[in-house]
Amino acid sequence: MTEATAVMDAPAGELGLAPELADAVVDMWAEDTEKAYVIAPDRILEVLTHLRDGQGYDFLSNLTCVDYEGYGGKLRAGIDARLEVVYNLYSTRRGGGSIALHVRVPEDDTVPSATSVYPGANLQEREVYDLFGVKFDGHPNLRRILLWDGFHGHPMRKDWHEAYYEEDAKPFRSRHPKGEYEFHEDKVPWAKNTTYPAGWDPDSWQEAVAYVPVSQAPQHEDKPHLDTESIVVNLGPHHPSTHGVFRMLTRVEGETILALEPEMGYLHRNHEKIGERNTWLMNMPFTDRLDYLNSMSNNWAYALAVEKLADIEVPERAEYLRVIMAEFSRIVNHAWSIGFILNDLGALQTPALYAIEEREMILDLFEAVSGARMMCNYMRFGGVVRDLPEGWHEQAAYLANERLPRALDELDRLLTENEILMARGRGVGYLSVEDLISLSVSGPMIRAGGLPYDIRKAEPYGIYDRFDFDIPTLPNSDIYDRYYIRLLEARESVRILQQALRDIPEGEILGGRGGYTLRAPEGEVYGRLEAPKGELGFYLASDGKTQPWRYHVRSPSYINLNALGPMSVGYKVADAIVILGAIDIVLGEVDR
Amino acid sequence: MFGTGLLKGLGVTLKHALETFEDDRESVPDRYKGSLDLGNNRKVIQQPIDQEGLLTIQYPEEKRLLPERFRYIPMLIWDSEKQEDRCTACGICAKVCPPQCIWIVRDSDENGKPVTRCSEFYIDAAVCMSCSFCVEFCPFDAIKMNHDYELAVYDRYPQLVYDMEELTVPLEYYAALWPTQYEEEQARRKEEEEQKRKQEEEKAARAAARQAAAAQKAEAGAGAPKRSAAELQALAKERAAQRQAQAQGQTAEGGGDDDAAAAKRARMEDLKRRAQERARQRKLESGNGSS
Ligand code: SF4
Ligand code: SF4
Repeated sequence: MTEATAVMDAPAGELGLAPELADAVVDMWAEDTEKAYVIAPDRILEVLTHLRDGQGYDFLSNLTCVDYEGYGGKLRAGIDARLEVVYNLYSTRRGGGSIALHVRVPEDDTVPSATSVYPGANLQEREVYDLFGVKFDGHPNLRRILLWDGFHGHPMRKDWHEAYYEEDAKPFRSRHPKGEYEFHEDKVPWAKNTTYPAGWDPDSWQEAVAYVPVSQAPQHEDKPHLDTESIVVNLGPHHPSTHGVFRMLTRVEGETILALEPEMGYLHRNHEKIGERNTWLMNMPFTDRLDYLNSMSNNWAYALAVEKLADIEVPERAEYLRVIMAEFSRIVNHAWSIGFILNDLGALQTPALYAIEEREMILDLFEAVSGARMMCNYMRFGGVVRDLPEGWHEQAAYLANERLPRALDELDRLLTENEILMARGRGVGYLSVEDLISLSVSGPMIRAGGLPYDIRKAEPYGIYDRFDFDIPTLPNSDIYDRYYIRLLEARESVRILQQALRDIPEGEILGGRGGYTLRAPEGEVYGRLEAPKGELGFYLASDGKTQPWRYHVRSPSYINLNALGPMSVGYKVADAIVILGAIDIVLGEVDR
Repeated sequence: MFGTGLLKGLGVTLKHALETFEDDRESVPDRYKGSLDLGNNRKVIQQPIDQEGLLTIQYPEEKRLLPERFRYIPMLIWDSEKQEDRCTACGICAKVCPPQCIWIVRDSDENGKPVTRCSEFYIDAAVCMSCSFCVEFCPFDAIKMNHDYELAVYDRYPQLVYDMEELTVPLEYYAALWPTQYEEEQARRKEEEEQKRKQEEEKAARAAARQAAAAQKAEAGAGAPKRSAAELQALAKERAAQRQAQAQGQTAEGGGDDDAAAAKRARMEDLKRRAQERARQRKLESGNGSS
């Protein structure tokens, strides 16, 4: 940090920091790609507070960490702090791009927790602690989140190897080194990963249930007279209307929820570790498996980030195709989500099946163009992989112009004025939009609270600035509005589809340079888009090789769960199920 | 008024029920229009996009008509025109495969020199994620996506590790599954071959010219003319024409030359029969495995 004094003044000025904070910025990072300010660890809270209050960066979108052990790039020559915590901040009022901050952490050191400034840092910091072992000072509930408490090591560290570890990077020399076909799991299971943390005894271990109320402090006062006792109830893993394997730890008094905490990780497969072994392109089909209802948007988000990093152009026709696929996918998602909110309310199956009739048609179209209904793997860096087959355009136009508007109207007629939906939905699960934002919640949830924040308008990507569409908002921030906003958004998607299908030009669909040998230039990038569930972002760091150095998914399903506890407290157990349903999560994306 | 919403909702449900009822009372319900009847209640259905009423397909009796691009597990192409495997063991597919489930062993000739052919080619269908990258990046059109999705067996190993025999299908099979793409590909391959042939011709002509020049030099030196440059050139052309005729003959043969055609048909039949047998055996084995 010898030249630190030289760079000190300028970036602080750019950041618009007050003079007394100028010395908080100690360095800059990767000015060629996306620039980031390196902040001194002990000043980070002051800087965050200043950016939030003084400059309107009210939304902590992404918080993650990078392990630079063994990093081969030039940019970090002479820096020996091993880990780097990354923050991406946005302004939901102003829109526009992000500010990226880094904090360098030597191994086993601690960083002040951002939860006091942005409560939404909660789950993300727990994830960083779990996967990297960075401790956050002042975090209310710093426990492992995706892995179980007995797990040894922090798997996203570069020197951590999984049980059937082969090599650091694909392509592997051979999966079959002895020339014979064999499965790794047929070898001694656990052979390479049976270590426990020091002092850990698997036999005597018991999951600590006592921590349930810790983070949310139930209002359980000492009463002098007769008192009902609050008990801990596990909802799940599974049931909560089976959005996947997920558990809600609740403390209830009678039927009322005093505290609730999401427990997850049952589907955790260390997607990000796999992603760092894969070449850039290999990750594309893996993104399909995140939010498996919306593989098209996932593909796009990843392609968007890589294109930004490697500066790849996308031809006009491909841009239109991407919009068409993403909007179809949004309709699929919202129809699905509406159907299942109703399912969670007890309207078992009928609305859900009506809602997914048209989904069937759309998935058939996806299959015709990409070869698969759900795992589309359709986009590539610089475009899409195949052009439309014959007859596709007419079918899509029929859907967009006739069938979908009709179907949405019908759903509207079936549900919107339904007395049961109103009785169960109105005023349930309320959380003010300010709270939602500070909890890093994004997507339909905040629009149902009255804030017209949609990345398609706030920071347009692709060609969204060409379409005429509105961002619907509703004022009440309750279950009912969260249901209805999705219907309104699906209508807007239909509008976009109609325009895109009308205007799509002929031409190329795939620009060059994005093949399987891609080497992205050194640096980092955060690319994001408005996925149906909220802000889906990919944070990528490259050391100029054929694999990403860091591949992080900022998943809306996961981060929106920040609000689950605060939204459920005070309501009944039965409401918690639908409150979860209205967040609209997919466990493939939550657990990654 | 309380209850209107409920009544409206029930109205929508009733409408759906009536639509299905009406559709079912027709002699051929909408969802069966244009479907392929295989007898015995078995049908392949192409669901119309404007289908109203019931959308359910009664699998396994009824199946969907899969679109051409449907991708499941890769298959290797046996080029029935040239009577050879198209795969050259270049290994690109194994490199790009995201879960790394392809395993290739390159064949070698009797001297131990590697040749452009593989002796073993495995795909672990339990690991394959149907991404189609192998197909996209194969430079020889040697690997394509199969539509056969009913692969369930009781055991993973060895039933789900497909070897070369199980993976190989004749070109005609591919042509039937992927008609549009096959046509495009054939046209492109023809063009490429044409270009290659032209280049070879030119090369031959150049070589001939060089030879002639050398001969002339030699002539000047030794005074013993063998063939003039013009003669050599004519000869080269003749050879090229012959090659072309041969190649064309081979492709046009189809119904013409009985022996060759019969052999080809036999080979195809053989491949098909073997594939069926293997499938049967796989099922059998896996059945035993579980009992
Ligand atoms: S299938 Fe294609 S890519 Fe794979 S080894 Fe054979 S020729 Fe090469
Ligand atoms: S389809 Fe994808 S996963 Fe399957 S063998 Fe080909 S490249 Fe590998």
